[in-house]
Amino acid sequence: MDLFEYQARDLFEAHGVPVLAGIVAETPAEARAAAERIGGTVVVKAQVKTGGRGKAGGVKLAHSPEEAEAAAAAILGMDIKGHPVQRVMVAQGARIAEEYYFSVLLDRAERRYLAMCSVEGGMEIEQLAVERPDALAKVAVDPLVGIDAAKAAEIVAAAGFAPDVAADVAAAIQKLWGVYLAEDATLVEVNPLVRTEDGAIVALDGKVTLDDNAAFRHPGHAELADVAATDPLEARAKAAGLNYVKLDGEVGVIGNGAGLVMSTLDVVALAGEAFGGVKPANFLDIGGGASAEVMAAGLDIILSDPQVRAVFVNVFGGITACDAVATGIVHALEILGDHATKPLVVRLDGNNVLAGRRILIEAAHPLVTLADTMDGGAAAAAELAHLAAV
Amino acid sequence: MAIFLTGSSRVIVQGMTGSEGQKHTARMLAAGTAIVGGVNPRKAGTTVEFALADGARSIPVFGTVADAVAATGADVSVIFVPPAFARSAVIEAVDAGVPLVVIITEGIPVADTAVFFNYARAAGVRLIGPNCPGLISPGKSNVGITPADITGPGRIGLVSKSGTLTYQMMYELRDLGFSTAIGIGGDPIIGTTHIDALAAFEADPETDAIVMIGEIGGDAEERAAAFIREHVTKPVVGYVAGFTAPEGKTMGHAGAIVSGTSGTAQAKKEALEAAGVKVGRTPSETAALIRAIVA
Repeated sequence: MDLFEYQARDLFEAHGVPVLAGIVAETPAEARAAAERIGGTVVVKAQVKTGGRGKAGGVKLAHSPEEAEAAAAAILGMDIKGHPVQRVMVAQGARIAEEYYFSVLLDRAERRYLAMCSVEGGMEIEQLAVERPDALAKVAVDPLVGIDAAKAAEIVAAAGFAPDVAADVAAAIQKLWGVYLAEDATLVEVNPLVRTEDGAIVALDGKVTLDDNAAFRHPGHAELADVAATDPLEARAKAAGLNYVKLDGEVGVIGNGAGLVMSTLDVVALAGEAFGGVKPANFLDIGGGASAEVMAAGLDIILSDPQVRAVFVNVFGGITACDAVATGIVHALEILGDHATKPLVVRLDGNNVLAGRRILIEAAHPLVTLADTMDGGAAAAAELAHLAAV
Repeated sequence: MAIFLTGSSRVIVQGMTGSEGQKHTARMLAAGTAIVGGVNPRKAGTTVEFALADGARSIPVFGTVADAVAATGADVSVIFVPPAFARSAVIEAVDAGVPLVVIITEGIPVADTAVFFNYARAAGVRLIGPNCPGLISPGKSNVGITPADITGPGRIGLVSKSGTLTYQMMYELRDLGFSTAIGIGGDPIIGTTHIDALAAFEADPETDAIVMIGEIGGDAEERAAAFIREHVTKPVVGYVAGFTAPEGKTMGHAGAIVSGTSGTAQAKKEALEAAGVKVGRTPSETAALIRAIVA
């Protein structure tokens, strides 16, 4: 889960990272009140989970509460690279002497962590990495040790900080590692980390990604989810414990196992080329135990998607038995009743496949067609979706 | 031969007394795996009974992995414990000197995996997974949750991030069979990579050709492509899942996410093709490609 800047700021503050005052606001009036509380010059910053908001006009300086209100009015509702701005953060202004960069993230290839640091912050880090690779220090971090005082000193030395700031930057880096470790982050990035004119080291912006797998030991993380931005069908699926991602095609897809479902989407898209270019409407992995209830919940969500014109159920019974899946489909259609109106193509293979097919044949539901292969099922579903569209 | 797992592998199950562990231990026993013990500190000294087609089997439960290894000479541990307990379970297996640890558990925080992977690496222990189906050397041994009855022994090696996609590919090639099929898992950090499996298959005299299945996210397939070009002489056929995946959405596996311009299926396919690997657009096309090579 990616966090908004204001959420990252709050986590930083909670873990002792030096930050400036910042208050989130959802209306111009709230922004004005926030500017009054902070006092002096403030910066009004669009809260969007994408880069380039400064260039898009999403960051404005305000010298008074009135100016902050006007700035918020201009920024709220903007669209920045497809992200509507629903909140701004009103942040205390800073007199910046120097801008630096720091991040720590998962290094999948090396299977440890990587700290990146530069005395040239402010610009997009991808740009810095390409244009001035020598200016970006990359230091491996052993997960068994973490960023201790010695590692922090190594990082600031590699980045070439001046001796008068090195100790303070190293201290801030150790605090940021504290955020990474304590919050189960997979990315903590500060760009820019600044030295103010009065010599303080401050994290002026923050980007944090949290590990969803670690949610069980961070009950507070659920509150950080951006519920408003979640697709309503995705939210419903999540509440039902299903792994669902909304796409924008016409063929609903249900399968078991993430890899097989991803593959099914591709096979449907390929088959769709022959049928008016129909595409998969969603990713839905019902997982190993496809009970009748899980199948019903999955079918219900897919049939609620008005774009769906046909559904392809592609199950390879590994541990899951195909007869259980077939029973699940039959029960699901009974539960859904008149709610089920779109044709279903079902491909079953693997564990107990003959019993599974027999159950579907005997149920003889008018909406259900059996397919012998994954390719055949995808083609049949694509054709049905195409026919329903014309 | 096969890779990593042979007919003489002696296997213990951490989490055998839980419902998943018990169910899959029964399946592994039925597939001929030499399961020699389970581990549960609260049930040390007891046994778990399994009813198999060829009679009942009684598997002893030990209090620690070290006790289990001392009593049975186990050289493989397979882990079914819940995510919150996975880190200590792996570290216990490493400390007990088990050389191969297979972690089936799904949903482990990546910080825990980062710790136990590096701990195991320092001790020279091979991990497979987490969040994987395990591995099967058909006719010899089966460690994990791969169905044993899809196909039998053969001379194709299969490595994949995904469980059900592994089963699908085994099914497509069921008339040919496999030396070993290994599911390495879809998490951001995994103990055994595509490259590790490719190197092992290259060295395995019982493997003639290799199927490598990848999916979106990370750059493991690109690095595997570079490895194949330099080090693999046996024919390799590839498949990559996730061409239709949108940017920024995690597709089921914690590692399966396209971020920015990296991790796309197209980039992986191109990297593999540039290394001389034929890449199928679908599982069936991939099966046809390998069939054309070995049949």
